[in-house]
Amino acid sequence: MTQRIASSEITPRDVYLRRREFIGGAIASLVLAGTPFANAAALTFAKSGFSTDEPLTPKADVTSYNNFYEFGTGKGDPSSYAGSLKTSPWSVTIDGLVSKPATYTLEDLLKPITLEERIYRMRCVEGWSMVIPWIGFPLSALLKRVEPLGSAKYVSFETLVRPAEMPGQTGFFQPLDWPYVEGLRLDEAMHPLTILAVGLYGETLPNQNGAPIRLVVPWKYGFKSIKSIVRINLVEKQPMTSWNKQNPSEYGFYSNVNPDVDHPRWSQKTERRIGEGSGLFAKRRPTLPFNGYADEVASLYAGLNLKTYF
Amino acid sequence: MAVLAPASNRTLQRAINAFPRWPLYVIGALPGLWVFWLALNDRLGADPVKTLEHTLGLWALRFIIASLAVTPIRRFGGPNLVRFRRALGLLAFFYACAHLSAYIIFDQGLDAHAIIADIVKRPYITIGMFAFAILVPLAVTSNNAMIKRMGAAAWQRLHRWVYVAAIAAVVHFLMSVKSWPAEPVIYAAIVAALLLIRVGFAVKRRSSSTPRTV
Repeated sequence: MTQRIASSEITPRDVYLRRREFIGGAIASLVLAGTPFANAAALTFAKSGFSTDEPLTPKADVTSYNNFYEFGTGKGDPSSYAGSLKTSPWSVTIDGLVSKPATYTLEDLLKPITLEERIYRMRCVEGWSMVIPWIGFPLSALLKRVEPLGSAKYVSFETLVRPAEMPGQTGFFQPLDWPYVEGLRLDEAMHPLTILAVGLYGETLPNQNGAPIRLVVPWKYGFKSIKSIVRINLVEKQPMTSWNKQNPSEYGFYSNVNPDVDHPRWSQKTERRIGEGSGLFAKRRPTLPFNGYADEVASLYAGLNLKTYF
Repeated sequence: MAVLAPASNRTLQRAINAFPRWPLYVIGALPGLWVFWLALNDRLGADPVKTLEHTLGLWALRFIIASLAVTPIRRFGGPNLVRFRRALGLLAFFYACAHLSAYIIFDQGLDAHAIIADIVKRPYITIGMFAFAILVPLAVTSNNAMIKRMGAAAWQRLHRWVYVAAIAAVVHFLMSVKSWPAEPVIYAAIVAALLLIRVGFAVKRRSSSTPRTV
């Protein structure tokens, strides 16, 4: 049976095409009505052609379901305990094989930057995924400023160590060595999809999401997207990464999202999209190679055996 | 563990013996019903399937641990809770069933292919299924008729498999998580302690000349 719909009920095309602005406006008014994040500030940003048009994961889920072991291993620990982290003042040191090593205050780092909204899929190695509207800028913009030397082949990243404000860094059970460290090949770091994010959902990052500045590499498992960065170091040799160090047979340096390379203990063929299908009855969806960014990034790995270099 | 004075000990034991068994089944079922109600009302956070699955599995493990604690409590001078052990064991089995059902129905969406692949290829799921498979004959024989039919000795031999199930359950828990978070490590330590206590009892029994009473 077909149902008749009056043409007056159909959203005009020009309005439909601007739907994001209305959603944005609705969010802005929610922000004005009172936000749970006391220090969240609205950001101005441009749209980006790299954004997906998939439905966004609700902000409440994005900001309450986190892996940030500096605040504890539970998914709710970061949102419960990250409030104590002081993100201002903040500075980031960029050194190693560069012509112009520098320690930037966050303000100086962002001064010449035009922020963009990048709506990316995020796939966790644990088999769940989200769609997150990040606010950030290409990492390449920052790297170009410090002028990498020809000998620089990799970029390593380091998270803050501050046990007084990061309860996961104290106590008897220490799941990882601190600082949390991550790394990318220089060409991965320079890829236009690779961003440093300073916000999500139009506002500065909540602490639990890696405030004040974090990496986002959308075609790799989430743990590669290191949070609360204090140091970026350009190096010649492949740097050590935290999860690879913790368990080298389970977490490789590359950690590209790949449904054909299972984690030794669980399948990576499917994922559950958080916030989808009213919770309990959410269907798993197939995981895509490079998390759906194969067209943009597969060429980076031409000739590389992804089963060996997982 | 505080050892009670004999008089109050007897009073406590009399109270325990007078207490009916059926409320334990009702109370024991409450956490499961509660978490399922929260799941249905979308109040389990961002990943309700995982939380439901995890909570049900955790309660299965807790009841296994409770049933394993009965003997050490008595041997260390505490009250004899053996009359509740069957209920604790059956509750563990019910939660294991619910945990497995949540995995099959909500996590894997009844995808038989994915489930079989998981059981065959994923060691932590293989081990979890192994633990569940052990609990099935234990649950089926948890009634007086079966004890009579099998004979006490054979029945007891069969039910010692709960030790293996407990080990498999904590290994399953440890292997299902990244790194070494505190929670599964603590449960593994509790199970290890409860089993080592039994090893201690066995060694003592063998070395002493006094005949075994219970």
